[in-house]
Amino acid sequence: MTRPSLTLRREWVHGWLLLTPALVLLFAFTHLPAVTTIWDSFFSTPRGRREAKFVGLRNYETLLADDTFWQVLSNSLWYAAVTIPVSVGLALLMALWVDGRLSGRGFVRLAYFAPTVLPLIAVANIWMFFYTPGFGLIDQIRGAFGLPEVNWLGNPDLALGSVMVVAIWKEAGFFMIFYLAALQSIPPQLREAAAIEGASRWTFFRRVTFPLLMPTTLFVSVNAVINSFRMVDHVFVMTEGGPDNASSLLLFYIYETAFKYWDTAYASTLTVVLLVLLSALALGQFFLLDKRVHYR
Amino acid sequence: MTLMKTMTTTLGAAALLASTATTALAVDLQFFFPVAVGGKAADTIQALTDEYAAANPDVKIDAVYAGSYQDTITKTLTAVRGGTPPQLSVILSVDMFTLIEEDAIIPFDGLAKSDADKAWLTSFYPAFMDNSMTGGKTYGIPFQRSTPVLYWNKEAFKEAGLDPETPPATWEEQIAFGKKLTKRDANGNVTQWGMRIPSSGFPYWLFQGLTTQNDVILANDAGNKTNFDDPKVVEALQYLVDLSAKHEVMQPGIIEWGSTPKAFFEGQTAMMWTTTGNLTNVRDNAPFDFGVGMLPANKRRGAPTGGGNFYIFKDSTDEQKAASFEFIKWITAPEQAAKWTIATGYVAPRPDAWETPAMKQYVADFPPALVARDQLEYAVAELSTYQNQRITTILNDALEAAITGQKAPAAALEEAQAEADRILADYR
Repeated sequence: MTRPSLTLRREWVHGWLLLTPALVLLFAFTHLPAVTTIWDSFFSTPRGRREAKFVGLRNYETLLADDTFWQVLSNSLWYAAVTIPVSVGLALLMALWVDGRLSGRGFVRLAYFAPTVLPLIAVANIWMFFYTPGFGLIDQIRGAFGLPEVNWLGNPDLALGSVMVVAIWKEAGFFMIFYLAALQSIPPQLREAAAIEGASRWTFFRRVTFPLLMPTTLFVSVNAVINSFRMVDHVFVMTEGGPDNASSLLLFYIYETAFKYWDTAYASTLTVVLLVLLSALALGQFFLLDKRVHYR
Repeated sequence: MTLMKTMTTTLGAAALLASTATTALAVDLQFFFPVAVGGKAADTIQALTDEYAAANPDVKIDAVYAGSYQDTITKTLTAVRGGTPPQLSVILSVDMFTLIEEDAIIPFDGLAKSDADKAWLTSFYPAFMDNSMTGGKTYGIPFQRSTPVLYWNKEAFKEAGLDPETPPATWEEQIAFGKKLTKRDANGNVTQWGMRIPSSGFPYWLFQGLTTQNDVILANDAGNKTNFDDPKVVEALQYLVDLSAKHEVMQPGIIEWGSTPKAFFEGQTAMMWTTTGNLTNVRDNAPFDFGVGMLPANKRRGAPTGGGNFYIFKDSTDEQKAASFEFIKWITAPEQAAKWTIATGYVAPRPDAWETPAMKQYVADFPPALVARDQLEYAVAELSTYQNQRITTILNDALEAAITGQKAPAAALEEAQAEADRILADYR
């Protein structure tokens, strides 16, 4: 009678031993910081000789009354709402195009993928040149048509949009690769069968291709959501959140609060908001979208 | 937050490694320095440090390039919080209050024991010491300091029928000259602007030039009260806004710092306000004859100072503090200060540096280098308060809102003052 339970226990020990390295890393670098962040958000910021003291919900009250926070949050939501669907849609279009028969296909694929290889900081610097008023690329082209110069990054109505364009330009090529791989794994018999049935190209896309791409769409959109809150490097280079926070995003504001103002408690509070937001989005995506995804 | 914690851990570990890799005999110093104006500055600092180490074998200095000014204070404060600060560092003079509040630095007065040392503390330009002292104590020693000046394109002046040797001396002249210098094509689009005051990132700095010229100070010496809603400050902001909105001599919207010298070289603007740190850059790259002058005056002449000071950190041994003090004394001595100025364009921080043969040779060759020094007489301390970065961000946001026409100058500055009061109330 003792033997099976001994084996069970040994397996149990082995299992845990195998899991330990990954668990230690996960706890040390993900869970522990997340928990301390939430913990810190209930304390004041320690400064020099002044220790941190428990302040309850005061940081959260500050947050609700902070106009910059609300502006940054709305910027972030707009940023996500525009860059995610546009970059995913564009990626799908580009993938469909370069998947077809087309001369110079390899070159076009490379051209679409090139922005992904560049570091975001370099991309931002290239776009800084495009956007420079007067002698930047865009204004030189506009000038050839007699149009006046535009201060893309220096105008609060245009700054956020200009920053979004850079993100879309950078992201679409990356997502295209996933769609391209998925498209090439769709069996050609399906297309032949559809052709015999007399289905139009649009019907084929809507009824066959698109549903088969759903797992990729889910994967890509989860990535797009994470990236839209995570990638802020170009904001540092291009606008530093300006003018008057018009192009500031949540993560950029967290960085400013933590490493410029050294208000670590308030930065923790802002991070909690980001954590909650991202968790809600991720859960929503997995539970809602997962039902509609068709895995083969 | 995950990122921040990870960074703290990594930096802490790196600093720990650096501090354990020491030998017992010599005094080891770790020295963080920023570079704000390109590669040559880093080489010069390294060369100077090596020279000192060669002459003083009992001192080992590890000079660490720490990135921009912003990166340097971030790295330094992270190291301080991790318990392994550098022994000395060059950090923006305006971050003095932040460093004091973090209890990270010590005043130089305690280290200056001999009369010669005490005399040394008073040997710098008073304009630079404004940002280096508080409560009667000296916390920073000026090193890579700058001030904004006016650069003008002499060829554009000639073309517009202006005397190419005379820059505008007053606010009115600046507008009048600007109007003559602004050129438009057949469609009414501007091909050359009259002037350019960059406003991206930290508009408060050049704005402080305007407020000083309008004879008003933005913050008190104790660093706990700002003066943003003073009518004279509003007037200065109105002038800045009007340059684009009313007189149309400057490009509207926020103007990029980084592309400002390029816009000047390309003939996109005929005059620009920018730092003396760009002097060598303009000298090397302007394809036309250019002039350098003091900023125009209104009620008085005026400009802010800027740039970085040396600080000594608290959490080190007494030997390390004494050795840091000696090193700072050496590197700011006339010969070294002259070398530094010639290599970069920063303003040598003490009068006797300008009397050295090397420096005399340099200014005889290139007289514009003198303009910044002469302007020091009219210069004031750069805006610096407790919670400095936050207060300047508040002012920057207000300025950007006014420049882009979203708020009226008076309203924007009133809001900024109210917000600054809320934050600084704790420090009074």
